[in-house]
Amino acid sequence: MIAYILRSLAQGVLVLLVVAFIAFSMFRFVGDPVANMVGQEASLQDRQELRERLGLERPFPMQFVIFIGNAVQGDFGISYRQARPVSDLMRERLPATLELAMLSALFATVAGVGLGVYAAIRRDGFLANTVMTVSLVGVSLPTFLIGIGLIYIFAVELRWLPSFGRGQTVAIGWWTTGLLTESGLKSLVLPVLTLGFFQLTLIMRLVRSEMLEVMRADFIRFARARGIPERTIEFRHALRNTLIPVVTIAGLQLGSIIAFAIVTETVFQWPGLGSLFVQAVQFADVPVMAAYLVFVATVFVIMNLLVDITYVVLDPRLRGGRTLAK
Amino acid sequence: MSATRTTLAAVLLGATFFTAASADAQTLRWARVGDALTMDPHAQNEGPTHALNHHIYETLVGRDQAGEMIGVLATDWRIDPENENAWIFDLREGVSFHNGNPFTADDVVFSIERATSPTSDMKGLHSTVTGAEKIDDYTVRIVSSGPNPLLPNNLTNTFIMDEEWSVENDVVEPQDFDAGQETYAVRNANGTGPYVLAAREAEVRTVMRRNEDYWAIDELPVGPAEIVYTPISEAATRVAALLSGEVDFVQDVPVQDIERLSNEPGIRVNLGVENRTIFFGMDVGSDDLDTDDVEGANPFADLRVREAMNMAINREGIAQVVMRGQAMPAGIISPPFVNGWTEELNAYPEPDIAAARALMAEAGYADGFTATMHCPNDRYLNDEAICQAAVGAFGQIGIDVNLVSQSRSLHFPLISQEPPQTDLYLLGWGVPTFDSEYIFSFLYHTRDGASLGTWNPTEYSNPEVDAMIQSLASETDIAARDATIAKIWEQVKADTVYIPLHTQMLAYAMRESVDIPVDAENQPKMKYIEMAE
Repeated sequence: MIAYILRSLAQGVLVLLVVAFIAFSMFRFVGDPVANMVGQEASLQDRQELRERLGLERPFPMQFVIFIGNAVQGDFGISYRQARPVSDLMRERLPATLELAMLSALFATVAGVGLGVYAAIRRDGFLANTVMTVSLVGVSLPTFLIGIGLIYIFAVELRWLPSFGRGQTVAIGWWTTGLLTESGLKSLVLPVLTLGFFQLTLIMRLVRSEMLEVMRADFIRFARARGIPERTIEFRHALRNTLIPVVTIAGLQLGSIIAFAIVTETVFQWPGLGSLFVQAVQFADVPVMAAYLVFVATVFVIMNLLVDITYVVLDPRLRGGRTLAK
Repeated sequence: MSATRTTLAAVLLGATFFTAASADAQTLRWARVGDALTMDPHAQNEGPTHALNHHIYETLVGRDQAGEMIGVLATDWRIDPENENAWIFDLREGVSFHNGNPFTADDVVFSIERATSPTSDMKGLHSTVTGAEKIDDYTVRIVSSGPNPLLPNNLTNTFIMDEEWSVENDVVEPQDFDAGQETYAVRNANGTGPYVLAAREAEVRTVMRRNEDYWAIDELPVGPAEIVYTPISEAATRVAALLSGEVDFVQDVPVQDIERLSNEPGIRVNLGVENRTIFFGMDVGSDDLDTDDVEGANPFADLRVREAMNMAINREGIAQVVMRGQAMPAGIISPPFVNGWTEELNAYPEPDIAAARALMAEAGYADGFTATMHCPNDRYLNDEAICQAAVGAFGQIGIDVNLVSQSRSLHFPLISQEPPQTDLYLLGWGVPTFDSEYIFSFLYHTRDGASLGTWNPTEYSNPEVDAMIQSLASETDIAARDATIAKIWEQVKADTVYIPLHTQMLAYAMRESVDIPVDAENQPKMKYIEMAE
């Protein structure tokens, strides 16, 4: 088990290095930050001097080595756009993104499992069919449109909920939370619905098909033969067996919710990491982009590791070292 | 499952009890697309940064909402009678900074030196300024390397900082990225302006409170007691925030929403001309182009080809259809309020495809040629759509244009690099000095590697024009200077170095109870704004 985790960690570090390298080598296609950093009156010479101060004139391998060297020490440099240390910017933005992502994942999982079970038990019911049809919309509509649609209905027309921002936040140490104020909670509703909607429909459809599968299994038939009440069969026996693949998917999806909240954050002007990244791309703010991509890679590496470990815990058959090596 | 449904229902039901917070009548909530990049007034020479800083810091001279030059911290200014290379500024007395320090000549000398120091982004604007001297506590002399008739025009965005505060907080010089850390001035401010910085969360919210000790508080309305400035990058969200009453004033209104907003009850839309003209430039000087299919010749070097292209463009069509009326067709690359602009110069040819084709044939390109056009897609109003319209127009006269649209971070380096990497491109230009010299020296003068011709990648190089442009910098006789400006315009217009398209219009949208006119510099100044009780 320990050897397995160590091996996964080593693989994770390698993945991080590769991601950093690919990300870094792509930055030259994003454009020249200097063009955005100086006023239009700057002379060619001023531009050249700034390029040198930023180290953009160094050869690419050297820039990469310097970047990795500093990154290992937790120093991601200074944002070209905001003139502040990138690590500070990321730390300030992290709570907003995590809070949004966690609540979205919670919403998607709870509602997704609930609706999925319902749709499986009442598979021919009118409501179940309606839910399945609506879920198609969730899978196929882009997040952007869902967000704008919700803003239009709940902010512009009904005026119940704010259309942008995080509302009032409360600082607990370096962490800021919107969960403790009324405006913070209100601000969370629309982004959480938007971000969680796709995952919700995904989980719901997964639960439904898994549940239908399990309900056909022999042990359910035997349970029925023993006269166990239908409710108990559905929730004690069938649901539990349904959840194993759902946990895997939900875990991996949490990674992508954290990493790709970009669109939702942009639509709602949510002050998280995603909107920080979008602004950085527009400005060719290389230090911020590099740090963000390394962060996303780290999230995925950790999520994968956790899912792997959960497998081992959940499924005794995987505990033999040999099976894992495969 | 039923539990889940109940929860969901509860959430939705709970939502019905939420109501949008009502706005305090004295607070002005202001949203625009981007945030100020820094509060350090000399670290970035950029519009939104200056627009926000104008509320906290002040300049010696400034512009009112109509663009007229007015004294702010200076009460009077004149060329030094003993030294034609210098200007003398009389300073306003009885002004103090937000921390209580008095404003004196020392602060002006300090700020001018800071703004011209190597890590300042304002130094490009003040490349000829050699220093500032204190004459007495309320008189300052600013010296240039030669006569500098436009020095005051260049000072309208050069903010005055408190010397003592800057020394205390170790921000004597603007931030240098080599230092590897942020400076105190990036998030803190101490100016003489009508508003005091109360809270600053970059990219999220900036709160400013009225400075009750402001020197002009009795003369100007200074209506809003508090300004909350929020960047909202997504256009649809920005408009939704105004419609839902969460912001009071939206500065960057998307072109497609102007009409809808004007018809919305309770919403006011103000329109005005922006200080920015959009045009095409092309390589008129090289012997051969990299991106065309004509071997051994440069079709753009032929005046007839350029005239044909100028004639092919339907400016009014672009203004009506692409810009939905939010543009003023232009005949020269200057907005109307700039010194040197005249009605005659602004005349532009009617679109005439037959005549344009004839000119092309005369130039030997009856069968046309292909070329590549570079265009930004995130910088100007509908920039990519403008380029697409132009590609169609040029196609009609046989020029087969391959359009490359990309982000500004990729587009602008093509133009500013030496040698330039583009043969045909779209650019927009604003004139912060409100004087034609600014256009000439950056866009028409031969590129000299230093500060002249930085934005002239066209290889247009006319020694006579260059000499005239240089003479403007030191000509202190205004009438003679204006005559030279007129001569230069005539020459460069005849040479069709650029193909002017239009001057952009600006729209501000706000709730009906406030009235914020469009500012000529697109820097709305809330000290002029009244708030209804």
